[in-house]
Amino acid sequence: MKNIVILGGGTAGTIMANKLFQTLARDEWQITIVDQDETHIYQPGLLFIPFNIYTCNDVIKPRRDYIPKGVELIVSSIDVIEPDKSRVKLANSRVLSYDYLIIATGTRIRPQETDGLAEAGWHKNIFDFYTIEGACHLQKYLKHWPGGKMVLNIVEMPIKCPVAPLEFLFLADWWFTEQGIRDKVDLTFVTPLPGAFTKPKAAAILGDFLDKKNIHLISEFNTGSVDASTNKLVAFDGTEVAYDLLVTIPTNMGDAVIERSGMGDELNFVPTNKNTLQSKAHENVFVIGDATDLPSSKAGSVAHFQADVLTENMQRAIDGLPLLDGFDGHANCFIESGFGKGMLIDFNYDVEPLPGKYPLPGIGPFSLLQETKANHWGKMMFRWVYWNLLLRGSELPIQAQMNMAGKMR
Amino acid sequence: MPVREIAGKQVDFDDEGFMTNPDQWDEEIAKVLADEEGIAQLTDGHWQVIHFIRNDYKEKGQSPTIRRMNKVGNIATKDLYEWFPKGPAKKAARIAGLGKPQGCV
Repeated sequence: MKNIVILGGGTAGTIMANKLFQTLARDEWQITIVDQDETHIYQPGLLFIPFNIYTCNDVIKPRRDYIPKGVELIVSSIDVIEPDKSRVKLANSRVLSYDYLIIATGTRIRPQETDGLAEAGWHKNIFDFYTIEGACHLQKYLKHWPGGKMVLNIVEMPIKCPVAPLEFLFLADWWFTEQGIRDKVDLTFVTPLPGAFTKPKAAAILGDFLDKKNIHLISEFNTGSVDASTNKLVAFDGTEVAYDLLVTIPTNMGDAVIERSGMGDELNFVPTNKNTLQSKAHENVFVIGDATDLPSSKAGSVAHFQADVLTENMQRAIDGLPLLDGFDGHANCFIESGFGKGMLIDFNYDVEPLPGKYPLPGIGPFSLLQETKANHWGKMMFRWVYWNLLLRGSELPIQAQMNMAGKMR
Repeated sequence: MPVREIAGKQVDFDDEGFMTNPDQWDEEIAKVLADEEGIAQLTDGHWQVIHFIRNDYKEKGQSPTIRRMNKVGNIATKDLYEWFPKGPAKKAARIAGLGKPQGCV
């Protein structure tokens, strides 16, 4: 038997375990997947928890329910990857040798990277919503918050799901309106980017939305530290922004095992070929999802499109064929905009998010960069799609590569 | 694509004012671009940054982020903001004749 080892049982790793189990000869290949815990979190749902749309229990399920029976799931942290010896040492002292390795260890928030952020104010009046702990603490806090100055801050790019901060603000505007205290809340978005989003057309349209919803934008703010005693964000150039409640998206970094194994860049992301998903340093190592250093979004849709490409490239590698440049940076994201509406963006490395229509056989079309009720329902339905189709590696009526049909320049 | 004459040389720029061919760059051009960014005098600190990011670009094929200048180049973030106020990564890349740093997506 030959071995494929997958590190990380999140969105990307779970899809790969399912797809490879469906495609590879079972009498030739043993697939092993390693994760440090038993619980799979539906990460797109974390956004909804602070606003009581989902409970904390709505977003978790047992990880092993989504791993095929013929794939071995090992619950352990990873001690170190030794790519030159093609093996992985686990914290439970098992050693896994592999013919091919798939790194799907993701990204996580590192509030410790910013002075003062993870200290006195952490989970008191400073919260994140990228972890289930943060989102659930914030839910309780918001329930009793009388209003004041809420600042939403991106410390530095890149971050997982770059639209989530905007969605959070749109939902906050709706939530405080529903609670009857919108007039007592000042909402401010503090970002290192030059505008509301990374890409110009979408930044302009989303910037207008911020205006319309009376959400203030402070751009090109590079957070240097947080002073939790006076409740202030301080930029590297000395500029300050005061807050009563800080919702922060801290620095995102790849898993520490990447650093321990000497395989990452300065943010512990693994240098990866942007089209084939092969590691730049090791031929029998592939990287997928948030763990890569690619200039694509760190998002579940991206992991899903990459999984289609990687499944094919793994088979080609096994059969000794050249890899395909199959991944084009495709991302597809619903943006919840509050009051039961949503938007949709669809883009890749070369084509920024554009307005227009997004055809989807059987269900669509959805409107791109435009607020509609259908987009909101698309987003809410997605939880079912995620657990029942996406993770299990089922075919979805959506192509891995981006399509220009319906888009307007 | 705009072409400008600087210090007696024809220099290619993109629409956002970043040079498109790092090989056309020299220190005279850097001084002119620095002036346009409101930096009247390039000090040793400035040059240390410029040389680091040009070398790093040669190695990696893209302009480094602030974190990379910090971790790999050993340049303190505070200094970067002092030498290249507002947007150090962007300003330093422009003065060093490199493309706009790939912020992110």
